[in-house]
Amino acid sequence: MGLTLEKLALEQGTFRLEADWTVPQAARVAVIGPSGAGKSTLLAAIAGFHPPASGRILWAGADITQLPPGDRPLSVLFQDGNLFPHLTVAQNLGLGLSPRLRLTQAQREAVAGVLAQVGLGDKAERKPAALSGGEQSRVALARVLLRARPLLLLDEPFAALGPALKAQMLDLVDRIAGQTGATVLMVTHDPEDARRLCPLTVVVADGTAAAPTATGPVLDDPPPALRAYLRG
Amino acid sequence: MKAPFLATCGLMAASTLAMADTPVLTVLTYDSFASDWGPGPVVEKAFEAECGCDLRFIPAGDGAALLARLRLEGARSEADVVLGLDTNLTAAAAETGLFAPHGVAATLDLPVDWSDANFLPFDWGWFAFVHDTTRVPSPPTSIEALAESDLKIVIQDPRSSTPGLGLLMWVKAAYGSRSEEIWGKLADNILTVTPGWSESYDLFLKGEADMVLSYTTSPAYHLIAENDESKAAAAFSEGHYLQVEVAGVLANAKQPELARRFMEFMVSDAFQSAIPETNWMYPAKTPAGGLPEGFGGLVLPETSLLFPADEAQALRDAAIEEWRGALAR
Amino acid sequence: MLAAAIAGLMAVALAVVFFRAGSSRLGAADWAAVRFSATQAAVSALASVALAIPVARALARRRFAGRAGLIAALGAPFLLPVVVAVLGLLAIFGRAGVLNSGLAALGLPQVGIYGFHGVVLAHVFLNMPLAVRMILHGWQGVPAERVRLAQSLGLGPGGVFRHIEVPMLRGVVPGALLAVFLICLTSFAVVLILGGGPRATTVELAIWQAVRFDFDLSRAAMLAAVQFGLCAAAVLLAARWTAPAALGAGLDRPLALPAPGGWRRMADGLVIFVAALFLALPVAVLVVWGVSDLADLPAGVWNAAATSVALALVVAGLTALAVVALASAVARGGGLARMVEAAGMLPMAASSLVLGIGLFLMLHPFVAPSRLALPVTALVNTLMALPFALRLVLPAWRAAELTQGRLADSLGLVGWARFRLAVLPRIRRPLGMAVGLAAALAMGDLGVIALFASDQGVTLPLQVWRLMGAYRTDQAEAAALLLMGLSFAVFILFDSWGRRGADT
Repeated sequence: MGLTLEKLALEQGTFRLEADWTVPQAARVAVIGPSGAGKSTLLAAIAGFHPPASGRILWAGADITQLPPGDRPLSVLFQDGNLFPHLTVAQNLGLGLSPRLRLTQAQREAVAGVLAQVGLGDKAERKPAALSGGEQSRVALARVLLRARPLLLLDEPFAALGPALKAQMLDLVDRIAGQTGATVLMVTHDPEDARRLCPLTVVVADGTAAAPTATGPVLDDPPPALRAYLRG
Repeated sequence: MKAPFLATCGLMAASTLAMADTPVLTVLTYDSFASDWGPGPVVEKAFEAECGCDLRFIPAGDGAALLARLRLEGARSEADVVLGLDTNLTAAAAETGLFAPHGVAATLDLPVDWSDANFLPFDWGWFAFVHDTTRVPSPPTSIEALAESDLKIVIQDPRSSTPGLGLLMWVKAAYGSRSEEIWGKLADNILTVTPGWSESYDLFLKGEADMVLSYTTSPAYHLIAENDESKAAAAFSEGHYLQVEVAGVLANAKQPELARRFMEFMVSDAFQSAIPETNWMYPAKTPAGGLPEGFGGLVLPETSLLFPADEAQALRDAAIEEWRGALAR
Repeated sequence: MLAAAIAGLMAVALAVVFFRAGSSRLGAADWAAVRFSATQAAVSALASVALAIPVARALARRRFAGRAGLIAALGAPFLLPVVVAVLGLLAIFGRAGVLNSGLAALGLPQVGIYGFHGVVLAHVFLNMPLAVRMILHGWQGVPAERVRLAQSLGLGPGGVFRHIEVPMLRGVVPGALLAVFLICLTSFAVVLILGGGPRATTVELAIWQAVRFDFDLSRAAMLAAVQFGLCAAAVLLAARWTAPAALGAGLDRPLALPAPGGWRRMADGLVIFVAALFLALPVAVLVVWGVSDLADLPAGVWNAAATSVALALVVAGLTALAVVALASAVARGGGLARMVEAAGMLPMAASSLVLGIGLFLMLHPFVAPSRLALPVTALVNTLMALPFALRLVLPAWRAAELTQGRLADSLGLVGWARFRLAVLPRIRRPLGMAVGLAAALAMGDLGVIALFASDQGVTLPLQVWRLMGAYRTDQAEAAALLLMGLSFAVFILFDSWGRRGADT
């Protein structure tokens, strides 16, 4: 039992999105669909930023619909703004362990450990502005690793990176998710990303987030709304 | 951050306790009287030496603020004596019914007769326009002549200042029904109007204005304290309006006996001799040692003008309207 | 809670004054005062802000030696005791001032300062620096990412102005206009001295008259209520015009605004030079006047200085607490937030005299007012500073929530930790400035203390006033210089705390 969206309905003005399905634990799911179809809204609802109009969100059978974002068993990476610009890299990571930034020796070592893992061992005291885009993404991912939450939501965090860099990041996600056993939901508009990382795909189109299906077949033979989007 | 605040509160509490054993006479007065440079410190020392009490001054703004403060406090005022009202305020002060007769029979040296059961004068002065003799060698000799000259003057707003109100009364007393016409003629001489005396006088000292509304005694300060002979008051032929400053005992005084002793003390030499060189006014009763030397050369008006308190009160509102109308044109 | 307490205190204070005496009506003269107050305040605000924009822009896009010092020194005129500032201005622009002496030497006619334009000139002198600081914050808040975007699109100075600066200005200019308008609305000594007579009568003066000579408290309260109405209208207008800065989040990269060369470079230099000269000359005159007697100031002045510094620090602490409490409630949003924000704006409507009287009447039955002079002064000054502090801090707080609120939420940052780690670093600059202003203004305040005056705890402005009243002009000028120096030091203390680690 992983993530369950139970008769979930999201509304924003006249826009409406429905979802009613379950993702198994440790699955990797691509969320794909035309612009404005509601991919980000879906993730925002799961993360706790968008209260649903009706329905429930469950994790491992427990209702998390009413939990504040920070208490949900998940980490989320946005398109941008994943780091506090006024805090150092080490502080940004430390926040993943202690919201008060009061770290024990062991936690400090853990921060240093994940930084080394993502290859930024020497940048602990830098501010985000002094890092390249790829480095910033790696810091954010290192925090995901630190927090080790069972669900990871990615809202196109690597869209701004070049193909090689993006591939690196997806590999890093793969590694981290493997290490923590996390379930991954990843919004993307690149079918290659989906094929690379995610055996399952949720198609968001026409007011519905469809139940996850195998990625290969759905991309090879997409439903009409998705076809128009993918093939232009 | 809070430490100084608490320390201040603590100090206040401590000083209250320390004063508990000796009787305390509380005198509500205007700010400059109680300041380090006013008569306050001298008077306090002299009176405490003979009364076996603690004399405490509560300073509250100027004369008008004093009355406002008293009216706010009403019968529950912590003061025993109020010192520093002038004749433009005494009628309103008497109307409050808060004052008791002072019971002091003293012969005073005022240029006018004085009899008031509630209020006893402690000093007085003539309003006058002060100038710098190096810049204005031949000053005008009357308000009307001033109005016809090109001289620029600074005066005080009668709505916020007691001297400002004094000038209104001066024009009224000297010119009666012609007062509006006089103000109309004065309008182009008035460089500006300030909220209080201090700003006016400073503008004058800085050379902004040729003359300033002040007192005939003002030049004495420059002569005695600064050895500067250049400041002088112009003698006006129509006479000069008086400011008489008075004190009164509150009917609800907690220390009525001490209050009465203070009133006696107020017209004694110890108090009166402090007045000329701290308040820069004439003492209500000339002390045995006479006036300081620098007071000898001051202008002595031949005519003193003063409305009785109730008449001044009755005239005030219309006079302010007339003034405002004439200057706003 | 705090918001309710503030609103309650204000309402009760006003009501107590109002119901103390029977009702009375406002006359034609009162309405003339209302009109004059509003007009001069509006013109002063427009002039101050219009002149502040080019100065702020020049300061934002040029780098030169002494720039940081100049920006810090911009606080000085605003912190001067008003009467002292007017005397400094008159030394330059007055009848016997430098300007007119120069004109006379050249055989040119004199320029008069007394009148409506003099009032505006003085208000610009006092408030333009504040407006410059507020607008400069806006420029500094433009994310470097947006500037780079503009540059990459090849936008020239005109394009940058249209697409980056205008949207930014739409966010900060109404707030700056509002702040200056409200300060000038209750201005009283400047207006009277430079206005040249009873034509220049403000509501605050009418309130003084009502209290001091007529003891007509209900008329004072009514005038205060009218003043309140004017303030409320101004607040509403400003809120309507304020466009939320739609520039998005950034990464705090060192900002390098495009600094166009050519005539624009010359123009910026000229703007900075003229503004600095205009602001510095009167202050320099005050320094020259005061410095010679600084050494032999009487002991009473130094004691008063210590009291005033303590008072300023207490007000700083109270203001910081109150503004953080209020802003945290407001930034969370919702219907309640709007009420809290309104409550925080209430004090600016109040005449400090009426507020003082209200407190006096409330406290008098229980404690002798003379024992409360300093605590009440601290309280009133904190209340009066709150609206400005809120205006300064709220936009930054809102922006922090807007751009990083989700990130903080997703990491479970709540309460004190959220404030300390996610909010404080983003509001530090305006908070430091706001607290510094509150402290320095409390230091120079003469208003309420006169009503509650006591024999204990004489403050420095009161001593300056007393020295002036005792003919001791030279010592008064030295004490005023001391007051200016201390106010400025207190301001700098908090302001530099706020700017530490930030690019100015």
